[in-house]
Amino acid sequence: MSAVAITSMHAPSGAVPNLWTLSAEKLEAPSIEYGKLSPVLIVLGVAALGVLLEAFLPRKARYTAQVFVSALGLVAAFAAVIALAAGGAAGTKAQLVGVGALAVDGPTLFMQGVILLTGVVAVLVFAERKLEPAAHGSRVDSFAAQPASVPGGEGEKEATKAGWTTTEVFPLLLFAIGGMLLFPAANDLLLLFIALEVFSLPLYLLCALARRRRLLSQEAAVKYFLLGAFSSAFLLFGIALLYGYAGTVTYSGIARVVSGADATTDPVLAQTTGNDALLLIGGALVLMGLLFKVGAVPFHMWTPDVYQGAPTPVTGFMAAATKVAAFGALLRLLYVVLPGLAWDWRPVLWGVAIVTMVAGAIVAITQTDIKRLLAYSSIAHAGFLLAGVVALSEEGVSSVLFYLGAYSFVTLGAFAVVTLVRDAGGEATHLSKWAGLGRRSPLLAAVFALFLLAFAGIPLTSGFSGKFAVFKAAAESGAGALVVVGVASSAIAAFFYLRVIVLMFFSEPKADGPSVAVPSVLTSTAIAVGVAVTVVLGVAPQYFLDLAGSAGVFVR
Amino acid sequence: MSPINYVYLAALLFTIGAAGVLIRRNAIVVFMCIELMLNASNLALVAFSRMHGNLDGQIMAFFVMVVAAAEVVVGLAIIVMLYRARHSASVDDASLMKL
Repeated sequence: MSAVAITSMHAPSGAVPNLWTLSAEKLEAPSIEYGKLSPVLIVLGVAALGVLLEAFLPRKARYTAQVFVSALGLVAAFAAVIALAAGGAAGTKAQLVGVGALAVDGPTLFMQGVILLTGVVAVLVFAERKLEPAAHGSRVDSFAAQPASVPGGEGEKEATKAGWTTTEVFPLLLFAIGGMLLFPAANDLLLLFIALEVFSLPLYLLCALARRRRLLSQEAAVKYFLLGAFSSAFLLFGIALLYGYAGTVTYSGIARVVSGADATTDPVLAQTTGNDALLLIGGALVLMGLLFKVGAVPFHMWTPDVYQGAPTPVTGFMAAATKVAAFGALLRLLYVVLPGLAWDWRPVLWGVAIVTMVAGAIVAITQTDIKRLLAYSSIAHAGFLLAGVVALSEEGVSSVLFYLGAYSFVTLGAFAVVTLVRDAGGEATHLSKWAGLGRRSPLLAAVFALFLLAFAGIPLTSGFSGKFAVFKAAAESGAGALVVVGVASSAIAAFFYLRVIVLMFFSEPKADGPSVAVPSVLTSTAIAVGVAVTVVLGVAPQYFLDLAGSAGVFVR
Repeated sequence: MSPINYVYLAALLFTIGAAGVLIRRNAIVVFMCIELMLNASNLALVAFSRMHGNLDGQIMAFFVMVVAAAEVVVGLAIIVMLYRARHSASVDDASLMKL
């Protein structure tokens, strides 16, 4: 087809540049700020290194090498985040990098720091090898001997006998973390979609890799994959519509068009911006994709199944880090791109927040499996976080940041405790088996009780400081009704947390009850970190509240 | 013909894909419907790119193709694994976990 024919296809020609002559312009290589991107680059680089280790190292040497390299890489990336923040990138020197594709500012660095720390703790829990009984003389972790083998088949037996383990989980974990670091930093719609997929695809695989109850684990992976891909297709179509509306994919460009700051002389743009359906439907679809990742009602259906079926270390990581990354992207989208549309999305998010809080808390009461219970609790927490998002103020951002930091460590710790309560079939996740745990191993039960109290938001735990900050921000922005519903559903949620505590401490242990495995220093450290963060953020939260408060401004 | 018609076509394809995901019961077919939704988005991106006269949408379509390919790799691995364990790729059969 000739260029003339293409141009003549154009309805309002003239002001519109021709696509074929655009490519003839001189292409300049973009300048990339590698220093500002170093946390992401380190993590993705180490992940690629992990793949190479997997390919070239003998099987025996892989585990040690992978654990060492992953942990070191995450710590190095965290050091890079600290260095950037100390250099002022969180405040005065916040800027857009990578030709405007990423924003390195306070919220980005805060969330990257939290994600990297949860990543380090997750590596420790992933690497635990003292819980499973040794298979034919070699220590194994909670991941399948050979994920490709059929559950219960010959291949699985041989792989187990040979003492194989899936050390690929570490590079997969690092790729997921790399995507999560990009997600809250994404400053255009293209990067938003790519980062979403980069962290989702490894998570789908990680869900399928459990050593015990493999059918359940595979089912969780299929459900997560199909629903996750479904939701990301909605997100993508929303992106296409937003691009159609604004004619650009950068956040600042769309925000300018949405707020009508620039008077346009472009006839096509005038035509598309006159069509509010593009903006409203596009915004709603993108919001839907993000609310799915957050696990908000009515897009929460995957959460309980995936949390229950996935290997518990993966569940802990997913529950903590995905939530941080997804709320980061949600905040930036709503605060940077769509503040001009706040009259439209605030009532919707009000509704979503209320339904999420109430449904999460009420359905959790009926659960009998500890992992499902924690899944519904995470849904309720997504609702509390949304209350902070709705505030649409700087306090809203910093309270959500603080809440995410506090919540992620409690979650990691709680799921790490779940890995320790075991019987002959692996983890004993049914609640009835937890009866009397407090008599049998008081320390573990006390630690778990502390985590549950933090989930419930009892004073002197991190959960209270977080909830207080979020509800305060919501109330100050005039969302009083939301706060009332939030406190009420917190009270409902407290009921089932306390029920588990009562079950652990005030009922007789069963004769055939589970045993509490003695973990190695890895899981012990992970749980200790969870306890320390919970207590410190509960008793002396001021420093961290100030830290989150100073990180509440988005660069545009 | 105005490029806006391609946007209508994209919306139609997207709806067909979404309906297919909800109606069909074979995991592979469900997955194909998701791919249809992604490709509908691609069509919309390219059509809008043509309308606005910039290349953002076309470049994005390339990225989406790569992501869709990566998704096929992961998705087929998971679905084949499910099929080998159960000799069925029906999403109704995968119901060990329920409310």
